[in-house]
Amino acid sequence: MKSRSGEFPRRLWGENPLVAYLVGLCPALAVSNRVANALLLAAVMLFALLGTGIASVALERLLPPRLRLPARLLLASALVSAAQRFLWALAPTLGAGLGIYLPLLAVNCLLLGSAGAGSVAEGVLEAAGRGAAFAAALASIALVREVLGAGRITLFPVGHFSGVVSLRGLPPARVLAAAPGAFFLLAYASALVRRRKRRVA
Amino acid sequence: MSQPAPHLHQGPTTRGTMLAAAGCLVPAVAWGVLVQGPGALAVLAVAAGASLACELAIGLAAWRRFTLADGSALLTGLLVGLSLPVYVPLFVPAVAAAFAVAVVKASFGGLGRNWMNPALGGRLFVTFSWPALLAVRPRPPAGWLRVPAGLTDGSLLGGSGQLGLVSTLLLALGGAYLLARRIAAWEVPASFAVSFALTVWALGGLPAGEGLFRGDLPAALATGGFALAAFFMATDPVTAPRGRAARLAFGAGCGLLCFLLRVYARRAEAPFLAVPLMNMLVPLLERPAARRGRK
Repeated sequence: MKSRSGEFPRRLWGENPLVAYLVGLCPALAVSNRVANALLLAAVMLFALLGTGIASVALERLLPPRLRLPARLLLASALVSAAQRFLWALAPTLGAGLGIYLPLLAVNCLLLGSAGAGSVAEGVLEAAGRGAAFAAALASIALVREVLGAGRITLFPVGHFSGVVSLRGLPPARVLAAAPGAFFLLAYASALVRRRKRRVA
Repeated sequence: MSQPAPHLHQGPTTRGTMLAAAGCLVPAVAWGVLVQGPGALAVLAVAAGASLACELAIGLAAWRRFTLADGSALLTGLLVGLSLPVYVPLFVPAVAAAFAVAVVKASFGGLGRNWMNPALGGRLFVTFSWPALLAVRPRPPAGWLRVPAGLTDGSLLGGSGQLGLVSTLLLALGGAYLLARRIAAWEVPASFAVSFALTVWALGGLPAGEGLFRGDLPAALATGGFALAAFFMATDPVTAPRGRAARLAFGAGCGLLCFLLRVYARRAEAPFLAVPLMNMLVPLLERPAARRGRK
């Protein structure tokens, strides 16, 4: 697959893995209830994508084709497990917020499905594009869900700042904070992207 | 039905159907307003206004069409308003009606393409979004009709007591007109009522430890919500199944689910929950007839 730096916006919007191809939904729907959780999961995803993206260049050269997928799987699991241990050691409460969905990233289609790259630079670019697109989609869905569904924005605690911005206004609509809210918003985001795509094409 | 020539067609129009259904709601609306007073008027007006405004905005912005004239937005607004209690803050009917029109109806392509009755979708969205605001609580009647305190629970339809019985009768009256004009299919409300009444009568006493055939049938049938759902929401020509057997099964399923949700889950809005659940099964219910190749 060819990739150039000019294709970055296209990746972010038209080929967004989450809202255009609906790949990697399981953690996205579960974790997009809070902005902090969404950002954290996206960061781990970016880390794992970069790791597998770079390593896939080596894998392509060293391994016979039928061993590449198992090798990728092992690598993805190792990277996600490392990130999980790191998170639990450094920020246990944040790690607990992600629950089972953090280890489940290891078998996420987004990690396994990325195409092999020709060079390290291409691999990095590809991974960064996918990771950024995943993060942007997840964070925006989480922002809408948390503002409308819970009346607050949860960020990371820094110093005296507790990390939670409470908003005032109408009482929050709990449906949006619950699982159906994720489906509503994802469906609308997906419709929006497809509409734009059809217009461009 | 085939008639001798000339074959003149003046079949029912969408607009005529919708306006007839809205007209059949008028007795129940009048009764609710008389009992509950200005609060009821405000809820109804906000719901209808939000529904119409939403339909107008979406029709013009997305489809470049003026769709208000088909009357479906007005009917949706009225149904949403009637299904809510009067003590809710006024943003609740507005959100319910907007959700009904924008998400449940327009997102699927507009009138005729929605799989769930829009008014029910809006009602359920606010039910699960703000359960505390919609919880049943007693409220002295503030209307122009002198009714003893303690009879009403604040529902526009009078709740489950004698006031509810009156609104059930008024809704049944309007519903009977719809059935007579064949705007609504008689199979749906009939099997809905029969299965609901039978299950309540036979099994409704069990949770209270009273044994079989001891259910409180009058109280169950007197909830205005039941009549509203059975005559005006389950019979929605867009979302109800086609074919007699499918309609009978649809109504029976509504009645059974309504019984379970009311008696075991103790949900006041049981009829409003039962109908969308059955709406999901409509394609399955229509399948046997489609396979045999007849309607």
